[in-house]
Amino acid sequence: MIDAFLEATIRWATPFALAALGECVSERAGVINIGLEGSIIAGALGATVAAGVFGPTVGFAAGALSGLMIAAFFGLFTVALRADQIITGTAITMFSLGLTGTLYRLIYGAAGVSLSTPTTGAWPIPVLSSIPVVGPALFDQPPITYGLYAAIVCIAWWMSRTQAGLALRAVGERPDAAAAAGVNVRRVQFGAVLFAGAMAGLAGATLVLAQAGTFVENMSAGRGFIAIAIVVLGRWRPLGVAAASLLFGAAYTLQNLFQSLGFSNVPYNLFLAAPYVLTLVVLALSRSGTSSPAALGQREIVARQDLQ
Amino acid sequence: MKHSSATDKSSVASAGVRTASIKTSAVLGALARVLALATVAVVLLVVLLTVTGQRTGDALAALVNGAIGSWYAITSATLVRAVPLALAGLAVSLAFRAGILNIGAEGQLLAGAAAATFATLAAPQLGVFVIPLLLIAGCLAGAVWAGIAAFLRQKLGVLEVISTIMLNYVALHTVGYLVRGPLQEPRHVFPQSFNIDPRAQLPVIIPGTRLHLGFALAVVIGVALWWWLRDRAGGFRLRAVGTNARAAASAGRIDVARTTTVAFLASGAIAGLAGATQLSGVTYALYETISPGYGYTAIAVALLARLNPLGVLVAAVMFGALEAGANAMQRDAGVPEVLVSVVEALLILLVLAADRWRTRPERKSTTEVGA
Repeated sequence: MIDAFLEATIRWATPFALAALGECVSERAGVINIGLEGSIIAGALGATVAAGVFGPTVGFAAGALSGLMIAAFFGLFTVALRADQIITGTAITMFSLGLTGTLYRLIYGAAGVSLSTPTTGAWPIPVLSSIPVVGPALFDQPPITYGLYAAIVCIAWWMSRTQAGLALRAVGERPDAAAAAGVNVRRVQFGAVLFAGAMAGLAGATLVLAQAGTFVENMSAGRGFIAIAIVVLGRWRPLGVAAASLLFGAAYTLQNLFQSLGFSNVPYNLFLAAPYVLTLVVLALSRSGTSSPAALGQREIVARQDLQ
Repeated sequence: MKHSSATDKSSVASAGVRTASIKTSAVLGALARVLALATVAVVLLVVLLTVTGQRTGDALAALVNGAIGSWYAITSATLVRAVPLALAGLAVSLAFRAGILNIGAEGQLLAGAAAATFATLAAPQLGVFVIPLLLIAGCLAGAVWAGIAAFLRQKLGVLEVISTIMLNYVALHTVGYLVRGPLQEPRHVFPQSFNIDPRAQLPVIIPGTRLHLGFALAVVIGVALWWWLRDRAGGFRLRAVGTNARAAASAGRIDVARTTTVAFLASGAIAGLAGATQLSGVTYALYETISPGYGYTAIAVALLARLNPLGVLVAAVMFGALEAGANAMQRDAGVPEVLVSVVEALLILLVLAADRWRTRPERKSTTEVGA
């Protein structure tokens, strides 16, 4: 029972952690990408189309690429033109949800035929997966989850221990100082935005190729926005973000558990609302305090007097 | 608080802020602007239709016919669809003017529609006086729904963008529960509410059409809001807070927290009214799908109108035409209706880009440093 719960928690947490890690990198560079939702849904559709023809591996790559393309569009407006990040992100999400809905119907027919794509099942790692309790939870997962473990470690190390990671954090805290020190602020921010888009695309691909096995319009269902809340809860640190994702993985697991247990007196719609209520509670309880990057959402690279 | 204040609020509504002093000529300007944008929208649509391999001619004919092809199409499709867009658009523009990023018009609209459905149950006792009751109930529910986000922002520093989006999902699932539970139609088969009492239906204002009282309400509120923002001290305070909260507090001795909270609640109330009028003027029953994203389209409406309430009315009619046309396009030419949200999103982005382009020279010194 407990190992099944832990296994499901990590499985459900995987797309959240992927998207939130990307957003964490983007926000540390000072760019809040509300268009993350758009990258996730684009990744889901890209993965569905590609996996149907070339199999799941190419599907994941196509998902990442689709998410990245949406993010490039976002970066063009926010990083290059320095338009408002929140409004641009909202528009990008609208754009992507509309575009994926249209393309899906054009490719698979107006009725939205029940299509199923190949999925990557769990790949148990020998020896490790037979550790009691945590073994199956951590090491009997789809391959994308192992990729996630590697990404968490690499990003945490990169951000805190490398010159480039320092430059990224400097851009998010004091872009004017970073620019004076010779950092190309726009290039760093654009790179971070593209990375976040690719990670969100992978998260979308995970929804299709490791979970649902099919594409549904609007299937991202607000995960991009929840991922942004996860970054706040994780205090803008990769390891914190990974831990915070587990909370939402657990929430989705419990939601499914309660639904399948079928409490006839509690309507399932209230369970569906639970993750969003949880997000609100989590945001209310986690004071962002001083851990938020100082220049988050700031448009001008040189801080204006009234913002200091 | 830091997180929310770090987001450059003052620049949110760079569109609206610069038109802070609204002149009457602004109405003509807005009209010209909306016509220009309508042209751009059609061009974008043609490109998208062609790229996605549709029969462009048939689709456009269906669009134009469905939107402005007849007196009935204009009054009963385009203008009827413009009502929720206008009210929700006014809600969004009011919030954005005050520097509040209320992305939650959708949820506030749903809350208003649900509350109005409950209020119609009083029809046997109140007769036609149930109409003011349900409209007030819609406003209150919208204000309460926005109030949650306002409280989270003011007291706990939660970014309202995220909280309002989360509240949209909560509202959607709550309505989903209501139409399968307490409000479900008597036979308990379909996920929809009972049909509301005929006395609770909004009267039609042009005989022979479906155009209901909500249209008049939207126009009155739009004009009132325009006048209030332009001429009243409260409107000035709201604009000052939205432009630069710190300066408003220090130089103008304005109670920023109070102004912000009131604006947030008022924004929610207007969005809630949109839900109430949609219920009692159009659908006559509560559905999960009562809003096909009006609250999100409203953001496009508000931005394209440069947050000017009169402009919102004009832009809402344009978007009403676009959505009515898209509906006909799906019905008659088999083009997915969601294509229109792509056009709407591209319009927002175009306005943002045009805005940045216009302000480029004056900001060059500050923005080009890092390049």
